[in-house]
Amino acid sequence: MKKLLTSTALIAALAAPAFAQESLDPNATPGGGIVVTYKDDVATLDPAIGYDWQNWSMIKSLFDGLMDYVPGTTELRPGLAESYMVSEDGLTFTFSLRSGVTFHNGREMTAADVKYSLDRVTNPETQSPGAGFFAAIAGFDAISDGSASTLEGVTVIDPSTVQIQLSRPDATFLHVMALNFASVVPEEAVAAANGDFGKLPVGTGAFKLDEWTIGQRLVFAKNSDYWRDGLPYLDSVTFEVGQEPIVALLRLQNGEVDVPGDGIPPAKFLEVMGDPEQAARVVEGGQLQTGYITLNVTIPPMDNVEVRKAINMAINKDRITQIINGRAVPATQPLPPSMPGYTEGYAGYAFDPEAAKQMLADAGLADGFETELYVMNTDPNPRIAQAIQQDLAAIGVRASILSLAQANVIEAGGAGTAPMIWSGGMAWIADFPDPSNFFGPILGCSGAEEGGWNWSKFCVEDIDAAATAADSMLDPSAPERLKMWSDVYMKVMDEAPWVPVFNEQRYTMKSARMGGDDSLYVDPVSIPVNYDYVYVTK
Amino acid sequence: MASYTVSRLVQAVLILLGVSFITFFLLYVLPADPVRQIAGRSATPQTVANIREQLGLDQPFIVQYWRYMAGLFQGDMGRSYLQKTDVATLIAARLPASLLLMAAGIGAELVIGLTMGIVAALWRGRAIDNGLMMASFVTVSAPQFVVALLLLYLFAVTLGWFPIGGYGTLAHLVLPALTLGILGSGWYARMMRSSMIEVLRADFVRTARAKGLKRSRVILRHALPNAVLPIIAMIGIDIGIFMGGIVIVEGVFGWPGIGQLAWQAIQRVDIPIIMGVTLVSACAIVLGNLLADLITPLIDPRIRIR
Amino acid sequence: MSDAALQSAAPRIDGVWTRLRRRKIALFGMALVVLIVGAALLAPWIAPYDPFEQHFDGLTLFGEPLPPGGDYLLGTDLLGRDLFSRLLYGARTSLFIGVVANGIALVIGTVIGLTAGFFQGWIGAVLMRFTDLMMAFPALLLAICLAAIFQPSLWIVAFVIAMVNWVQTARVIYTETLSLTARDFIAAQRTLGASTARILFKHILPHLMPMIIVWGTLGISTTVLLEATLSYLGVGVQPPTPSWGNIIFENQTYFQAAPWLVFFPGAAIVVLALAFNLVGDALRDVLDPTLRGSD
Repeated sequence: MKKLLTSTALIAALAAPAFAQESLDPNATPGGGIVVTYKDDVATLDPAIGYDWQNWSMIKSLFDGLMDYVPGTTELRPGLAESYMVSEDGLTFTFSLRSGVTFHNGREMTAADVKYSLDRVTNPETQSPGAGFFAAIAGFDAISDGSASTLEGVTVIDPSTVQIQLSRPDATFLHVMALNFASVVPEEAVAAANGDFGKLPVGTGAFKLDEWTIGQRLVFAKNSDYWRDGLPYLDSVTFEVGQEPIVALLRLQNGEVDVPGDGIPPAKFLEVMGDPEQAARVVEGGQLQTGYITLNVTIPPMDNVEVRKAINMAINKDRITQIINGRAVPATQPLPPSMPGYTEGYAGYAFDPEAAKQMLADAGLADGFETELYVMNTDPNPRIAQAIQQDLAAIGVRASILSLAQANVIEAGGAGTAPMIWSGGMAWIADFPDPSNFFGPILGCSGAEEGGWNWSKFCVEDIDAAATAADSMLDPSAPERLKMWSDVYMKVMDEAPWVPVFNEQRYTMKSARMGGDDSLYVDPVSIPVNYDYVYVTK
Repeated sequence: MASYTVSRLVQAVLILLGVSFITFFLLYVLPADPVRQIAGRSATPQTVANIREQLGLDQPFIVQYWRYMAGLFQGDMGRSYLQKTDVATLIAARLPASLLLMAAGIGAELVIGLTMGIVAALWRGRAIDNGLMMASFVTVSAPQFVVALLLLYLFAVTLGWFPIGGYGTLAHLVLPALTLGILGSGWYARMMRSSMIEVLRADFVRTARAKGLKRSRVILRHALPNAVLPIIAMIGIDIGIFMGGIVIVEGVFGWPGIGQLAWQAIQRVDIPIIMGVTLVSACAIVLGNLLADLITPLIDPRIRIR
Repeated sequence: MSDAALQSAAPRIDGVWTRLRRRKIALFGMALVVLIVGAALLAPWIAPYDPFEQHFDGLTLFGEPLPPGGDYLLGTDLLGRDLFSRLLYGARTSLFIGVVANGIALVIGTVIGLTAGFFQGWIGAVLMRFTDLMMAFPALLLAICLAAIFQPSLWIVAFVIAMVNWVQTARVIYTETLSLTARDFIAAQRTLGASTARILFKHILPHLMPMIIVWGTLGISTTVLLEATLSYLGVGVQPPTPSWGNIIFENQTYFQAAPWLVFFPGAAIVVLALAFNLVGDALRDVLDPTLRGSD
């Protein structure tokens, strides 16, 4: 109890002096526009629906939520909420909204808009992929099964104060309030769009949608009434879609493009990095991502933990990293290094094929066994799968590869019919920078059900309980909580349902005229680039 | 002729119905679950069940098919599962670009291919014949991606004569059309050559020559029209190929065609878009073939379609 | 037309082999065919390396493939495997697809096109509408479905390719048959009381041969490449099994950095198509009734 009070008071205290105190970049030159390219067409800009790594940062620039992150970092800071108070038991959050914030259509934002937005995203009719994140809010179950039309736990106290009641403690709640799904939208714009709000977005963000030619380009224009003074620096951001990554790079080299949104294509990576002038314009950063092989614990002989450990020891992670031109860092555990809760110094299962063979023999499988390895068919994943196949063959595990379309692999994984899956192309990237995000859907019992993303069907009650306990703490970054999470993942590694292979590094290439701190170009939350804070030099 | 056209149009509608049924069925039995794609990786089972119910995907096959067709006859092609936009809007935004590229591509194929074929046939057996036929093999065997990128490199990046991909002006159309032209010309070249050789040897040509008509006149007035017949059929086939298979060229040149739309939709199991694009393509193919069949007797008056 | 001329319209089967042998170009073509088939059959004995083995020294420190020369005759691929060995084994897949799948498609397409074009009437209408249906039908989708239900395999690829190709052949043959059937000499034959079979085999089919050969041989290249596209969709041969098409496909974005990975399999496909074409052309010339006495 006492601990809870202290941390609560701490949180409340931290929340207090949170004005829109922008530390603006003194070097920034306002004005100008940039061109960003993508291969895929933008699916939607509706914050309740958009869940692509592509539209995630676009939506971030068009909308705001109650909470936000310090640019280029994983640190929470207030967004549309100027400050907030948390009750002692951690179940009631009271947010004080900023005044004078207007939507792109001119109307001022109020608490009623916050309630409307949260009701909308949890309403089944919206079909939001992110509805589940708000499960801790009281009244979520009622709105989910249709017995209620609003969230009971969200109350408008007055036009600038909104109170949210949780049904259980949730350490990740503030992170959830910073998710795109929690963005505030104006009801009248949604109604006017008549079901097409995704193509006609209206928010409070730094940019507004100026033009959208389907299949060709989108243009974001600066919101001159943006509530963060001095931002954004850019006058416009133009997104050109349908661009093949190699061609986008050619155009960048030709001066037509500022940032290739899909990154440097693998085929050109060494060429670019080998040229000092180009390499200087590439920013390297970590991602909250891990590439891993899932081992289905329900399919023998991988129901034997010794077999799973042996498989862990058979994989030559350095060679796999070499095959992808060194664009990753070998991994030892499920969490990526930049994630809070990462266990420093943990060595994991070292590469030792001889010992692995011995372990298999001890388990009665001296002749090895046959199995299947599923993989998504886009480059470089089939290559990585073939490298894994060879490593497995070296210890007697004969894996045949099934290189399929993403939807098919996901289907097999969810159904539990896939013995091994290389997660490449579908690898887990954190929704928000918190260790719990790497657990529930992919390693927890809830994700192990039919259709879930826990493809190894791993479910250990004790570990689940420890995870829930960690999430019941209030302060997401409290050292005790992080230690609890670290323990959870260590316990997971003891059971070895996964082979963590590598953490992919992100490489963002920019044109010579782009300015702004490097961390903005590998922003862990706003991928690839934090459009609000970058600028062009003259 | 009129009654023939009408009966063919009726048959066309039947064919399209058949295509719609088979496609819908295939999508239904496909193990990949569209709801999973929509619900995303963080969805609770409740959300998944909700979405399935919202979209009517929990209904039996016939009910779903009926609903779709009923909507179709009212002009509604449904909404994309992932974009929540009308499928008709999405297709309409991209169809003109596809049709333009198709027309330009076929045009380029014909110009390059027919010329090659005629020249090869006229100088049959000589070096130029062998050279052109070798070239036809190489171009047909070449991977689309590589050829497209090579042309882009050479003419757009290095020489700077054309923009590096994109859409909007005639200059943007040249390279993609040229790529398609080069890739597809081999077929037309070989067919034309073969056809011409046949025709040049045929009796009526020999008769014309024996009557003393000039060689070029014989070629133009008698040989060419007959040699062109199979080409007409090939154009019909080409329409089919273009509707389905130029997504790579579209991708390299950033051409906003329906190929890209379809490809993405297939990956994400966005059924309404897949149905929509399939039906639009099927329409184009059926109409294209119908046109080819109607034109053929005009070229060879001896053919009477019974 | 005189009786002699009518008789001369029959294809000359007797002595085909003798005549074929006399043409140098035919010999060259046959030699190429033997070479390719031989390479495919003898691959386990000729290949210097295991096509599946990823060699540690097959990649540079940064993971780049090695160019031709040195230990690896034609260089290595992106996993450090010997390209030459993979091409030899890949010949099996490509031959199977190019010859068998394409060949079946050719036969079916010719039969349907010929029947529809010659008999016309309602048989012709039914057949051609069926062809239209199959043409408008998304074969790609069928391929994905089949692969999802059964396991992806070469047989599915062969089936899908055959389905796509027969349709195209049928339409071309149909149009040409229409034209031929309408010609005077066919009417003359009918008047003379020649049986349908005789007309078809002795008069129409020989004139269709050139087209069939062109379509067939050119089709070899495109079907090999089509197999690669289907592999990409998860329908074709699964990695690590090599095929000329999928070697090109998985390496095409690297054609600047490692051109040998695209050039050699591409050249192999061209040679395959060329070989069959040379033989086919020679066969066509040899069977051609109007060239009687020219050799």
